[in-house]
Amino acid sequence: MTLLWIALLPLLGVIVPVLTSGRGRRFCSLATAALPALGLLLTLAQLPGIAAGESLRFAAAWIPSLGLDLALRLDGLSVLFNLLILGIGLLILLYAHFYLSPEEPYGRFYAYLILFMASMVGIVMSDNLLLLWLYWELTSISSFLLIGFWSHRSDARKGARMALTVTGAGGLALLAGLLLLGDMAGSFDIDVVLASGDAILADPRYPLMLGLVLLGAFTKSAQFPFQFWLPHAMAAPTPVSAYLHSATMVKAGIFLMARLHPAIAGSELWSVVVSLVGMATLLYGAWFALLKTDLKAILAFSTVSHLGLITVLLGIGSPMAVLAALFHVLNHATFKAALFMSAGIIDHETGTRELGRLGGLRRAMPVTAVLTTVAAAAMAGVPLLNGFLSKEMFFTESLSTPVLGGLSWAMPVLATLGGILSVAYSLRLVHAVFFKPAREAPPSPPHEPPRLMRAPVELLVALCVLVGLFPAALATGLLDMASQAVLGESLDFHLAIWHGVNLPLAMSVVALMAGIATYWRHGDLRRYLKGFRSVDSRLVFEDSVQSLNRRAEKVLTRFEGGSLQRYMAWLLLASLVMGGIGLAGMGPLTGSKGNQPIDGVLLLGAALLIFGGVGTAVTHRYRLVSLILLSVVGLMVSLTFARFSAPDLALTQLSVEVVTMILLMLALFFLPQKTPRESSPRRNLRDVVLAGTLGFVVASLNYAVLTRDNAPISGFFLDNSIPGGGGHNVVNVILVDFRGFDTLGEITVLALAGLAIFKLLNRLRLFMPHSDGEGRVWSPDRYPAILTSISMALLPLALLVSAFIFLRGHNLPGGGFIAGLITAVALILLYMARGVEWAQQRLDFPYQPVAIIGVAIATLTGLGSWLFGHPFLTSAFGHFHLPLVGEFELATAMLFDLGVYLAVVGATLMILANLGKVTTSHRPTKEASQTSAAANKRLTKENR
Amino acid sequence: MESLYAITTGVLTACGLYLTLRGRTFPVVVGLTLLSYAVNLFLFSMGGLTTDGAAILDGPGTYADPLPQALVLTAIVIGFAMTAFVVILAMRARSEAGNDHVDGRKREDGEGRA
Repeated sequence: MTLLWIALLPLLGVIVPVLTSGRGRRFCSLATAALPALGLLLTLAQLPGIAAGESLRFAAAWIPSLGLDLALRLDGLSVLFNLLILGIGLLILLYAHFYLSPEEPYGRFYAYLILFMASMVGIVMSDNLLLLWLYWELTSISSFLLIGFWSHRSDARKGARMALTVTGAGGLALLAGLLLLGDMAGSFDIDVVLASGDAILADPRYPLMLGLVLLGAFTKSAQFPFQFWLPHAMAAPTPVSAYLHSATMVKAGIFLMARLHPAIAGSELWSVVVSLVGMATLLYGAWFALLKTDLKAILAFSTVSHLGLITVLLGIGSPMAVLAALFHVLNHATFKAALFMSAGIIDHETGTRELGRLGGLRRAMPVTAVLTTVAAAAMAGVPLLNGFLSKEMFFTESLSTPVLGGLSWAMPVLATLGGILSVAYSLRLVHAVFFKPAREAPPSPPHEPPRLMRAPVELLVALCVLVGLFPAALATGLLDMASQAVLGESLDFHLAIWHGVNLPLAMSVVALMAGIATYWRHGDLRRYLKGFRSVDSRLVFEDSVQSLNRRAEKVLTRFEGGSLQRYMAWLLLASLVMGGIGLAGMGPLTGSKGNQPIDGVLLLGAALLIFGGVGTAVTHRYRLVSLILLSVVGLMVSLTFARFSAPDLALTQLSVEVVTMILLMLALFFLPQKTPRESSPRRNLRDVVLAGTLGFVVASLNYAVLTRDNAPISGFFLDNSIPGGGGHNVVNVILVDFRGFDTLGEITVLALAGLAIFKLLNRLRLFMPHSDGEGRVWSPDRYPAILTSISMALLPLALLVSAFIFLRGHNLPGGGFIAGLITAVALILLYMARGVEWAQQRLDFPYQPVAIIGVAIATLTGLGSWLFGHPFLTSAFGHFHLPLVGEFELATAMLFDLGVYLAVVGATLMILANLGKVTTSHRPTKEASQTSAAANKRLTKENR
Repeated sequence: MESLYAITTGVLTACGLYLTLRGRTFPVVVGLTLLSYAVNLFLFSMGGLTTDGAAILDGPGTYADPLPQALVLTAIVIGFAMTAFVVILAMRARSEAGNDHVDGRKREDGEGRA
C-alpha cells in the first residue's frame, strides 16, 4: 500500500497548486511541496528494508485482458531514481518560487511540474511494461507543456513541438518494442521479463525489438542522432531545464536501459550499438558545448555529452560499468542541476545568458561564483569532487572493454578526448562568466540572488563536495542497492579517491592538461570554424516537417478535394473491388437450394419495382415525376414484404412510405423543381457503369445467399418467444425483449434526429416560390373541403386503429413502431387538411418532450429490472384475470413498447410538423415569441 | 423466384447508387431512399423467401425467419429519420450556400441567392 501512496501522492499533488494558486504565492508553493515531500519521506522510510534485500511490490489488475496491471515495485534502482526525482524536484520548487515573476501563472506552472514529477515516479516504479509506457508518454506530454510554458514565444513553441515530435515518435517505437518484448517473454510483468533474458536473446525477433526499444530510449535521452531537440528545449524556464533536462526526464532513457538490462543487454548487438551511439553522443555534445556562446546551450550540450557517457557505460555492460553508470547518473544530476540553477540565477540577475555580454561577475556575485566554479569543476572531473570518481571509473572501464574487438583501443582514446573537451568547456563557462573582464555592461546591474533562491544550489554543491570526499560513506549504500537491482547480485566494490598511480589517473591528468590548453587556444579554434557553414537544427527540423506536411497535403487533395461526388465514386469503387474480389473467389454462384417457381403476380410485382426504380433514376431531373415513381417503389416494397410472410414489415413500410412522401414533397417545395443538366456525357457514362456494376454485384450476392442453405439462429427466438417473452408475435418480442437494447438505441437515434432537425430548422431562411417550376401559380384553394372533412372523421378512427395495433402488438402483427407511425400520419393529415394555423391552435404542445419522454420510459423500463436484481431490460409478464374482461396478459415489454410508440410519434411529428411550420409564422426560432411577428412581416415581404 | 428477387434488388441498388452520384441534393436524397429500399429487401431476404409462412406462433408449422424482419423493421424507421435529416440538411445547405449543389460551396454558376 505504501508503494501505491508513493506513486499516488505526486499525482494527487497536481491539483494542489491549481486549488491554492489564488491564495498567494508563498502558500501555493508550500502547499505544492507538501505531497511530494511526503512521498520522499515514504521512500526514505523504505530504505532500510530495501538495503536488507527486500524488494517491494504492489499489484492490482487494471485491464487484465490486455496484460495491463497497476503493478508497482520499489527496488534499489527505483529508490535511486525516486530520490533524485523527488529530492531535486523539491529543490526545483523552491528555486522556481523565486525564479518566476509574480505575474506569471505559477499555479499552472507548478501543476505541470508536479504532473511531470508524478509521471517520472511512475516510470521508475512501474512493474508492468505497459504501465511504464503510459507514464513514459505522460512525461512527453508534461514536458511539452513545460517547455512551451512561455507560449507567447515562438522559440518556446517550436522547441516544445520539436521535443514532443521526437520523444513522441520514440515513444511509439518504444510501445512497439515493449509489445514485442512482452510477447517474447510471455508477460508484461517486469519480473517475468527480467527473468526470461535467455529466451529473449534467442528469439529471432530480438534485433527488431532491441532496435525499437533503443529508439525510444535514445530519443528520450537525446542520444545521437536524436540529440537535436534537447538544446532547443532550453527555451523552457530555467527550473524546467534544471529539472527535466539535467536530472530527470533525459535520464528516463538511461533508466529504461538499466531497468531492462538483465533482459535485453546480453548480446553483442547491444554492446556495439549502445556504446557506439553513446560515444558519438559524448563527443558530439562535448564539441558543441565548447562552441556555443549561450550559457544554457553550453549546459544543454554538455548534458548531451554526459548522457552519452552514461550510455557508453551501459553499452559496455560489465558489472562495474553498470555501477559506474548509476554513479554518474547520481553525480551528473547533482552538479548539472546546480549549474543550471546558477545559470538561471545569472540570467535572472543580469538579464542575459550570452557569454559575450557577461564577465567579471565574481565581484558582484562572489558566492554564486564559488558555487558555480565548484559545480563546473565536478563536471570537468577535477579530483576531490564527485564527478572525478565516476569519470575515473569510466576511464577504467573504457580500458578493459572488448566491445569493438580489434579496435577496442579506440575506446580509451575517445574517452580521453571527451574528457579533454569536457575540461575545456567547463573552464570556459566559469572563466568567461566570472573571471574574464566584461566587454560591456550586462543589461541590468548584477547582484546576488535572494538567499533562499541560492539554497538549492548550495545544497547540491555541498553534495558534490561531500560525495567527492567521502564516497565510500555516502554513496556506497545507495549504489549497492541500485546495482543489485540491475545485476541481480551484490557487487563487491570499493569507492575511493585514490587508487594509486595507474592508467586511468594518467588519462585524467592528460584530460586536465590538454583541456586547459584547448581552452587557452580556443579562440583560434573558433576562428578556424567560422569558415564552416553552420546548420541550425531547428530550421532543418521545421523544414522537414513542413515539406512532409506539403506532401501529405498534396496526396490528401487528390482524394479529398471537397467534391462529394468524387468521394462517392471512390467509395463505390472501393466497395466494388472488395465485393468483386469476394465474389470471384466464391466458386459457383448457384448454391444447392434450387429456385422456387415464379408466378404471374410475382412477375408483375418485380416488373413494377424495376419500372419504378429505373423510372426514378431516368426522370431524376424532373423531380416531382421522379418522386412519384419513387413512391411506386415504396408501395411495391411494402407488398413484397406482405407477399413473403412479413406482415409487420409491410405495415411499417406502408406507414413510413406515407410520411417519407409527405416529407419529400414538403422539401421539394423549398428546393428547385428541376435539376439542371450538368454532368458531362463522360461523367454520366462513368456513373452508369459504376452503379450498374455494383448492382450486378449486389444481385449476384443476393442470389448466392438465397440459393444456399443457411443455418439461422432464429430457432432460439421461435422456441423462447412464448415461454421467455410471453408473446406470440416473435418479431415484436425480438424488438421489445430479446433485442430490446438495440431498439432502445434506435429510438434514441430517432429522437436525436428529430432534435437535430429541429435545430437545423432554427432561423432557417428559405426561398419560398409562389409558383411551380413551370411558372404556374399555386392554387389559391389551400384546404380542399373533402379532405378537410374526411380528415376530421378519420382522426378518431386512426387513433383507435393505432391503439388497437399497439395493444395487440405482442401477440399479433403490430406494435409500438407501427402504432406510432399511424398516429403520426393521422395528425399530419390534420395539419395538411386544415393548415398549420388551425392545427397549431388545437395541438398546442411541443413534440420534443414527447420523444424524450418516450426514450425515458423505455430506458426506465429497462432500468426497472435492476430493482429486481435482473440484468438491464429483462422483461417480466404475467396473466391476470378481471371479471368481465376475462384473462389478459400484462408484460413490462408493453411499457417498453409504449416508450417506442411515444418516441416514434414525437420524432415524426417533430420532423414533419416543424418543417411544415417553416412556411408559417410558427416557424421555430430561438426567441419564438418576440420575433414571430417580425418574421411574419419579413415572410410576407419575401413572398411578394 | 430467387433469381427474380435478386435481379430486382440489383436493379434498385444500381438506380439508387446512380442517383447518389448526382450533383444536386434532391436526386441524392431520392437515391438514398431508393438505396435503402434495396438494402432492406436485401437484408430481409437473408432469412430466405417464405411463402405463406405463419407470422404468429401457433403450434408447429412453417414460420418465416423473424430475426431479419425485426432488424429490417427498425431499419425502415431509422431510414426515415436519416432521410429526413439529410433532406433538412439539404434545405439548410441551400439556404446557406444559395444553391443546391452537394458540395455545399457558394459558387458563381449556381442559382442566385434565395
